Amino acid sequence: MADTAALDAAPIAASLPENRDDKALQRKIFVGLAVLLIVAPTVLYPVYLMKVLCFALFALAFNLLLGYGGLLSFGHAAYFGMASYLSAYSAKVLGLTPELAILTGTATAALLGLVFGALAIRRQGIYFSMITLALAQMAFFFALQAKFTGGEDGIQAVPRGALFGAFRLDDDRAMYALVAVVFFLGMLAIYRIIHSPFGQVLKAIRDNESRAISLGYRVNQYKLAVFVLSATLAGLAGSTKAIVFQLASLTDVHWSMSGEVVLMTLVGGMGTVFGPIVGALVIVSMETYLAQFGAWVTVIQGCVFVLCVLLFREGVVGLIARTLHKPL
Amino acid sequence: MNGRLPLAALAAAFLAGAALISPASAQTAVKIGILGDRSGAYSDISGEGSVVAARLAVEDFKPEQHGLKVEIVSADHQNKPDVGAAIARQWYDRDNVDMITDGVTSSVALAISQVTKEKNKVFIDTGAGTADLTGPQCSPNTIHWVYDTVALANGTGGAMVKRGGNTWFFLTADYVFGQTLQRDTTAVITKNGGKVVGSVKTPFPTADFSSFLLQAQSSGAKVIGLANAGADTINSIKQAGEFGITEGGQSLAGLLVFSSDVHSLGTKVAQGLVLTEPFYWDLNDQTRAFSDRFSKQMKGSKPTSNHAGVYSDVLHYLKAVAETKSVADGAATVAKMKAMPTDDPLFGKGVIRADGRKIHDMYLFEVKKPAESKGEWDLYKKLETIPGDQVFRPLGEGNCPLVKG
Amino acid sequence: MMTIFGVPTQALFGQLLLGLINGSFYAILSLGLAIIFGLLNIINFAHGALYMMGAFVAWMLLTYLGLGYWLALGLAPLAVGVFGVILERVLIARLYKLDHLYGLLLTFGLALIIQGLFRNEYGVSGLPYAIPAELSGGQRLPFMFLPNYRAWVVVASLTVCLATWLVIEKTKLGAYLRAATENPTLVQAFGVNVPLFLTLTYGFGVALAGFAGVLAAPIYSVNPNMGADIIIVVFAVVVIGGMGSIIGSVITGFALGLVEGLTKVFYPEASSTVIFVIMVVVLLVKPAGLFGRTA
Repeated sequence: MADTAALDAAPIAASLPENRDDKALQRKIFVGLAVLLIVAPTVLYPVYLMKVLCFALFALAFNLLLGYGGLLSFGHAAYFGMASYLSAYSAKVLGLTPELAILTGTATAALLGLVFGALAIRRQGIYFSMITLALAQMAFFFALQAKFTGGEDGIQAVPRGALFGAFRLDDDRAMYALVAVVFFLGMLAIYRIIHSPFGQVLKAIRDNESRAISLGYRVNQYKLAVFVLSATLAGLAGSTKAIVFQLASLTDVHWSMSGEVVLMTLVGGMGTVFGPIVGALVIVSMETYLAQFGAWVTVIQGCVFVLCVLLFREGVVGLIARTLHKPL
Repeated sequence: MNGRLPLAALAAAFLAGAALISPASAQTAVKIGILGDRSGAYSDISGEGSVVAARLAVEDFKPEQHGLKVEIVSADHQNKPDVGAAIARQWYDRDNVDMITDGVTSSVALAISQVTKEKNKVFIDTGAGTADLTGPQCSPNTIHWVYDTVALANGTGGAMVKRGGNTWFFLTADYVFGQTLQRDTTAVITKNGGKVVGSVKTPFPTADFSSFLLQAQSSGAKVIGLANAGADTINSIKQAGEFGITEGGQSLAGLLVFSSDVHSLGTKVAQGLVLTEPFYWDLNDQTRAFSDRFSKQMKGSKPTSNHAGVYSDVLHYLKAVAETKSVADGAATVAKMKAMPTDDPLFGKGVIRADGRKIHDMYLFEVKKPAESKGEWDLYKKLETIPGDQVFRPLGEGNCPLVKG
Repeated sequence: MMTIFGVPTQALFGQLLLGLINGSFYAILSLGLAIIFGLLNIINFAHGALYMMGAFVAWMLLTYLGLGYWLALGLAPLAVGVFGVILERVLIARLYKLDHLYGLLLTFGLALIIQGLFRNEYGVSGLPYAIPAELSGGQRLPFMFLPNYRAWVVVASLTVCLATWLVIEKTKLGAYLRAATENPTLVQAFGVNVPLFLTLTYGFGVALAGFAGVLAAPIYSVNPNMGADIIIVVFAVVVIGGMGSIIGSVITGFALGLVEGLTKVFYPEASSTVIFVIMVVVLLVKPAGLFGRTA
């Protein structure tokens, strides 16, 4: 039980040895992604793309904690959702420019992550998960009761405003450009974290906590740091989403949102660099294109869950990585 | 209906003539989106039934005779404002949807209304309760068709006080909708000389109301007002029966109850419940005829007032579009709809006010006793008809910016 | 009249009794979850959906076959149990060597499928199910009106929980079961068919959920979403009690029903959140839950 790292599929993909060639391949993928980000809005509907990117960043942030820190949080909706509330509130009521609103939201998530993380990392395994869930439920209760969140109506009609007070974001293409930049920077940040000495220690803790302790690492400080980083980036995703959709609502703090991000990470491949992006793409597309099937949506989603768990636990990207024998 | 026929015939004749000259450009394409709850708590009120109702309206309108080509699409907003807003945006931006209707759940309705205004399309809400849609948040692109919290409060609240139920205790679902319902009803009660002796906020959703019912019971209030909806209402009524609330002399007032809820409870449990609705399938020959056609496609279910609203608003929308011949300018279409008096088999004659409020009569119903009920859907007896101009909020009191201008 | 914080003591008694009744549902449901977790190491998220199925099977028995409540009380759990056995054999048995996460995700997926299918077929308004004639009416206690049916719920729940506990603690079968939880390989070496044991345990655990569903049918609305809301709470109950602790889950179930009942009097809005507050506090003070053994 103490060995939280026993997420069997994750090490398969993540523990493949990395060499210089692999780094070059990952760099190529980054360039490819950048090109895709530029080309995509000419082919696809930008609002849909923005939704995918916001959730992709959310899933990447979550994966940082689960895939590399070995910590399964059931309460990530709290950081995503509370950040989106604060971002919407500061844009609408305080009249801040979008970049400041997003920063406010992100800072809130960081702070919340620090408090919740400090409590949660004191326990391990399923108990850790349960504490994060319970704390997130309290955040939900707060969001429901507090006056400024507008109850189940949420904060609506949030102005997109003008970036740095100069560039209007009302046009979807302008907004998309901002979201794409935020997403790309977020992704690069996570990549840097994973490949830094800090990231190496994290992986060591994930794989064998006792060994890391015996080597003299202050395990809890590392855990807390990665928790806060993950919450902050999740908050960045949530804040951006609030500005894009001009809305912050209870959906984003509800526990089912925490479940959704787990699903995205699982489908894409946890512990892989690019997996969560694919996962977010799959899940958001499913929700968008299956909306017309009504009640069948949940049945189809359920089937995807079951098939994922039974047939490809490594996720889409994890499977590709294993086939190619390269970490992705 | 009759009054419009010659005009429609004339338009059809004109269009038939036009069709001879240029067959390709004669038809105006209209796309209607039914954006409702297809999987959650309100999917029996909304859901597939709304799509069926819209199809029946198109069938009855005979669009080809008016030079229109109508297509219907539908989606599930899952009662989440962000999902609803995203679908509406995509429909308007990419899928050429001209008008959205249904929009059950207040929070989602407000979100759809925002997007519709931004894109200058048309939104006709039937399912949501919030009176803000025609109040502070009214929009030149939105019409609120069936009911709202103020009308429900006036109907049920006013009638109960007049019948001697002058002390109230509220079971209020702890969210904006429930609190609004309580606030509006409280205003009506005090205006009519009644008094609110207490209230309890119940988490949303709640499965077990017994504890709250016990508090209501010990308050001694004559009426227990249920400021909640859907499964919460069903559970609270079911458990009130179990705890002998009505036998103890207190009566229940359902502030938002649909016939599908009462059907689910059965008359044995729900008997004696007083409620307000603008439509009931068994009102007259026309409503019965419509309901028969509806239930053939819906596994025997009868239409709720939300379904009837969808039928009625689609019909009126198509009439307006047949005259404007264009769907490009949503605000212009809504203006046209407001200019034309409404008339349909289900709601009778009515008008749409400047603030977007559709005005029609509402009815105060009481749920029948099992002995009086002749079938599983024989649920209500009509106590009184409340005229439209009395039941809805007066135009000047809603703080709608459109009214001052 | 005596009052506590402005609430008459009499009313307080009533609320506590109601809390106990709600606790009965938590107790049976969390007992099933705890048994499944203890032996199979599976966090059974489908528990709520199977509880809902129990209520629906009772309704179907009545509507399609004309079989009443008392027969349903036996048949519905059996049907749900058989369904559970099939689920375990076909799907869940493939996950035993993996992390908890996968079992949780799989059963979460199953819950979505089951609820979706019922929603498509029966809608969400819920279906009527009457209280059996023998138990209608109620007793007028000095402090409240107690419906007979609610009293029966407490009795039925206590009986089932007690019986289950006795079987596990006092019989040979129970001894095997406990041993298999501790060390399945060793038990297998003694000639016990462990896979069969696991299957039957899962079947029994979900049959308990089905039983709770039948108990709930006459008082809550029989609708496809009835299990979705309760599962998270029951989850919390099991964690507070100590994962896998049989007796812990039962006691905690009843106790949290009481706490929830009190919250409904003093701060009703928070009554669905109070359990999570308790969960955090308990886990921080007693890491393995109230009755769990520290690993």
